[in-house]
Amino acid sequence: MSTQTLTRPRSHADEGTTAKRAPRGNRTARQGSLAGKFTVNGLLIIGSAYMVVPVVWLLFASTKNTADLYGTSAYSLGHFALFENIAAVAGQDGGVFFRWMGNSVLYAGVGAVLGGLISVMAGYAFDKFEFRGKDSLFGFVLVGVLIPNTATVLPMYLLASLVGMTNTIWAILIPVLCNPFGVYLARVYAASYVPNETLEAARMDGAGPIRSFFSLGLPMMLPGYVTIALFQFIGVWNNFMLPLVMLQNQQLLPVSVGISIWQGYAVPQPDFAPMVITGSLLSILPLLAAFIMLQRFWKSGLTAGSVK
Amino acid sequence: MATSAHTRTPRRRRVASGTGGKSAALFLVPFFAVFAVAMVAPVIYSIGLSLFAQQKSGLGFGEARNAFVGLDNYLQVLASESFVSGLARLALYCLIYIPGMVGGAVVLALLLDATAARMRKLFQLLLFLPHAVPGVIAALIWAYLYTPGISPLVQALAGGGIQINFLDAHMVLPSIVNIGIWEWTGYNVIILFTALQAVPREVLEAARVDGAGEIRMALNIKFPLVLPALSVIMLFTIIGTLQLFTEPSIIGKATASITSTWVPNMWAYDAAFVRHNLNQAAAASIIIAALAAVLSLVVTRFSSRMNKA
Repeated sequence: MSTQTLTRPRSHADEGTTAKRAPRGNRTARQGSLAGKFTVNGLLIIGSAYMVVPVVWLLFASTKNTADLYGTSAYSLGHFALFENIAAVAGQDGGVFFRWMGNSVLYAGVGAVLGGLISVMAGYAFDKFEFRGKDSLFGFVLVGVLIPNTATVLPMYLLASLVGMTNTIWAILIPVLCNPFGVYLARVYAASYVPNETLEAARMDGAGPIRSFFSLGLPMMLPGYVTIALFQFIGVWNNFMLPLVMLQNQQLLPVSVGISIWQGYAVPQPDFAPMVITGSLLSILPLLAAFIMLQRFWKSGLTAGSVK
Repeated sequence: MATSAHTRTPRRRRVASGTGGKSAALFLVPFFAVFAVAMVAPVIYSIGLSLFAQQKSGLGFGEARNAFVGLDNYLQVLASESFVSGLARLALYCLIYIPGMVGGAVVLALLLDATAARMRKLFQLLLFLPHAVPGVIAALIWAYLYTPGISPLVQALAGGGIQINFLDAHMVLPSIVNIGIWEWTGYNVIILFTALQAVPREVLEAARVDGAGEIRMALNIKFPLVLPALSVIMLFTIIGTLQLFTEPSIIGKATASITSTWVPNMWAYDAAFVRHNLNQAAAASIIIAALAAVLSLVVTRFSSRMNKA
């Protein structure tokens, strides 16, 4: 690949006309692609519309009461009932919805901050320390990446019920601390963000490994930590099967499972539908905000994950 | 980039004090503790559990006792008609979903990377939007978009003279595929687009000078260069499809076309909580995990051979 990039332009440079020819070639290509420009952007608009329209529907639908939801066409405004819907969501079962949101924030927050830190520490150790069995231990982590979460949920439930931990917050909080993919990412970040020389210098100055990590390694890896934590947050917020299996107590449910229970009621009782819809909208607002604010991080996180 | 060169230079990385096993242990213990609790122990426990069965002595009276039955549970799970048809359904799901999602992501990424594309940042954000919507909520939104009487989709099609019930026995699988495509295409577009941006511009410039059109460049130059990213996407997509549970569970609340054992994960859930056969549920979980291991191995082997070629 590198040879190609070197030789090709040079052969043209020998003719001494590249400077003139290249822009002209460009211009004709651009003119010829006026139709192409419409096609490219048109297809992108169609693709984006497919992604956006369902979310826009959610926005419209959450402003409607039950009658308008069934009676008016989807993208027209009926009687504006958004605030009534929010009030209904808030009032149902003594405000349990906000309890669910709080639970989601708790589970995802702990998973992100603490689980992220645990992953970052392990990834840092895999990159910066030498010890016997390192490769096989890391191989173990990679196997963990490949095991589907849902395959461990039922066994984890069986174990948790053995020690009487089902229906407690620990049944959710402990599993979400484990993120093998985070360890893999953290190792990549440690290799590219934290120069060994810096740690060497710190060691010369007498800093122990823990001190070096917290005063040098971790600050340098901060963008990586934020990325891992963001993805961990989203992963836990989205998790459905684990809390569904582990928790029966309504007060402990995360918002996703809670709303799905309401949806179960909405099938026989259409009056629940506006609450499901408005609750869904409210529950994705924090995530949308996080995504827009942390755009830089999720983009770099996606890329790091795809580089082998 | 410069830093990766840094890490490589000290070839003779001697184990200086403070870089050895003892310090590493401090950093690794928290992770391996939760790893042991959340992954290793469940897998070992369920392997153990899957080898036993509750058996009632005599005529079915008396206490049930735990008996070692070897691979019986596995044989029973694999002989169960509902499990096998769930597996077949999952395979069919993959067959529609993977080409649809990956193909869509490749096309959209190439379009984004085309010189004619405008407002790339905005398009990226819009395409990624569904990924910020949790799977449960995505399934709920689409459940309403499929429901006659509410759905603008059904109404629009009916206006055009097409009567479709997205939730009937034939349509429900493609309907669920659509939810998966909606959730994951944009995510992978961003990965592929970033990989495309890393394609050296000189290569493209040279091809353009040689008279290659946009489409030829996309197919013959850009696409082969993002194959490594594509193989990683395939790997995670396959592991992802084996997790299929949330969407059919949610859509299943609105239609009878989805049974309680529709896909293997639902079968395992049903075995544990409806049929109360924990041993079979454990065996089913192990089968799913083993399937993931085998498929990942196949994909990794296949893609490393392709990347070498």
